[in-house]
Amino acid sequence: MRIRGRAVCLGADVDTDQIIAGRYLRTKDRRVWAEHAFEDLDPTLAPRLSGAIIIAGKNFGCGSSREQAAIALKEAGVVGVVAPFFARIFFRNAINVGLALIECACSCQVGVEVTADLTEGWVQVGGERIAAHPLSSRMREILQAGGLVEYGRLQR
Amino acid sequence: MVGTLSERILGGPAGSFVDRPVDRAYVHDGTGVLTLEAWRQMGERGPVHPERLSIIFDHIVPANTSVTANLQAELRQFAHTHGIAFSEVGEGIAHQVMSEGRVLPGELVVGADSHTCTLGAFGAFATGVGATDMAAIWTTGMVWLKIPATIAIRISGRLSGAAEAKDAALSYVACLGMDGATYQALEFIGEGVSSLSLSDRLTFSNLAVESGAKAGLFYADETTIHYLRSLGKEAGPQRPEDCTYAQEIGLDLGAIEPMLAIPPRVDTLKPVSALAGTPIQQVFVGTCTNGRYQDLERFARVVKGKKVTVRTLVVPASRAVLAEAARTGVLADLIEAGCTVGVPGCGPCLGAHMGVLGEGEICLSTANRNFTNRMGVGGGIYLCSPRTAAASALTGVITVPEES
Ligand code: SF4
Repeated sequence: MRIRGRAVCLGADVDTDQIIAGRYLRTKDRRVWAEHAFEDLDPTLAPRLSGAIIIAGKNFGCGSSREQAAIALKEAGVVGVVAPFFARIFFRNAINVGLALIECACSCQVGVEVTADLTEGWVQVGGERIAAHPLSSRMREILQAGGLVEYGRLQR
Repeated sequence: MVGTLSERILGGPAGSFVDRPVDRAYVHDGTGVLTLEAWRQMGERGPVHPERLSIIFDHIVPANTSVTANLQAELRQFAHTHGIAFSEVGEGIAHQVMSEGRVLPGELVVGADSHTCTLGAFGAFATGVGATDMAAIWTTGMVWLKIPATIAIRISGRLSGAAEAKDAALSYVACLGMDGATYQALEFIGEGVSSLSLSDRLTFSNLAVESGAKAGLFYADETTIHYLRSLGKEAGPQRPEDCTYAQEIGLDLGAIEPMLAIPPRVDTLKPVSALAGTPIQQVFVGTCTNGRYQDLERFARVVKGKKVTVRTLVVPASRAVLAEAARTGVLADLIEAGCTVGVPGCGPCLGAHMGVLGEGEICLSTANRNFTNRMGVGGGIYLCSPRTAAASALTGVITVPEES
């Protein structure tokens, strides 16, 4: 399973409050979350997320369990997130809502083409290919289905 | 089976994946809405064990807008239709309500909130998940988990001077760092544990997730059994067995002094004395970290008979806490000292409504997170113990608490 996009670079320990602030949670309108993604971190970021692969520092998605964080990124058109490792609830949430992610410590250059293979376990940024943790087959199946809800439908 | 407490409860060695029936599962008004939506998309099957589920309204209580009110009405209706234990606005913070007799040692507890780890204080494996995971639990009664490796926090000594459990808990988080325990569990062991009340232990376990941990467990002992018995619940003690810890860290309670976590990170600490004199605009006492009766009582002891000089919000963690404070006179002491008492629940903790900070305002808070803009855009949050909050509420500047 392979994903491709343009690099958006973020630092370490980006918490879910920064991905989507608490003040936007009281709705079921996913567009609202997408529009306000990363607002407190960098208000210019949201419009640049479509087609992007986020390359972040360690511990991406720490803090609150809000699933809206993963949904916001998916809804904004983020193709996947790469980080040395993720906070565990965010990791589960991302797989469950169908947002691809992969654990890899790689450097980031804004706007360069990124390819990641979740099965083979590598990330290529610009010309350089770096080894990564492949995802388990169950996680890839959930992602391929589009999330846990859709995966459950396929299982029945 | 020998092993860490997590391995014994989950029934397998660290690193293995297991599917397990969930003993207790709960959501609040914040995460329940999305869970309900995902459950509907999954085909509205179950809930298979409604008696194991709780829906507890705590995040925005009472509702602040008609949007919130409508979302809450839908979830309330769902709870009633399916016979799920429902806690109405004002009954308290989900983790606190669960701690008041709904969780027993050895159980597997899953909550749709990151601070579900609070309930590890009872010797339960308690961990947070997202809404879709919770919808799957409603549907099947099961959860899949990777059994975590465990970091032992070996506690020695006793708290002294003006130091409280919160100061010690912030210290272990700072020692591990915000990601130091990611994908792992914490186990609090050692001779110092017996000096910690159950309320103190809840504070310790609550902060586990701030170091990235999946759970933070204490072994059930006399203190646990006694506490549960006071709530009409019977349980036996858990004894540590031979096991392998991934890492062991020492925590000497005797060396702890009052600390502040500096915005925007929970793992960046300074002694209160280093920032003494810094002006503050709001003091907030409450949350699933420090909103229990013991916390209110400690706070009241300092402000009793005096007046706070800065706006001070006290939000009891539950109705039971509020009722006890009313019974013992702590509530009157707080009100007479000029504190504003809020509806039991999360209150200003997540910046959703009430107690929101203005641009440039500093809040001294007994909560667990000081992330950028969490309590309002442009506001800064310093985390501290109830006693430090009390000393500072009287002066209007960050103040080192006195020994009592
Ligand atoms: S009190 Fe704060 S940290 Fe605790 S559950 Fe409520 S919002 Fe979360």
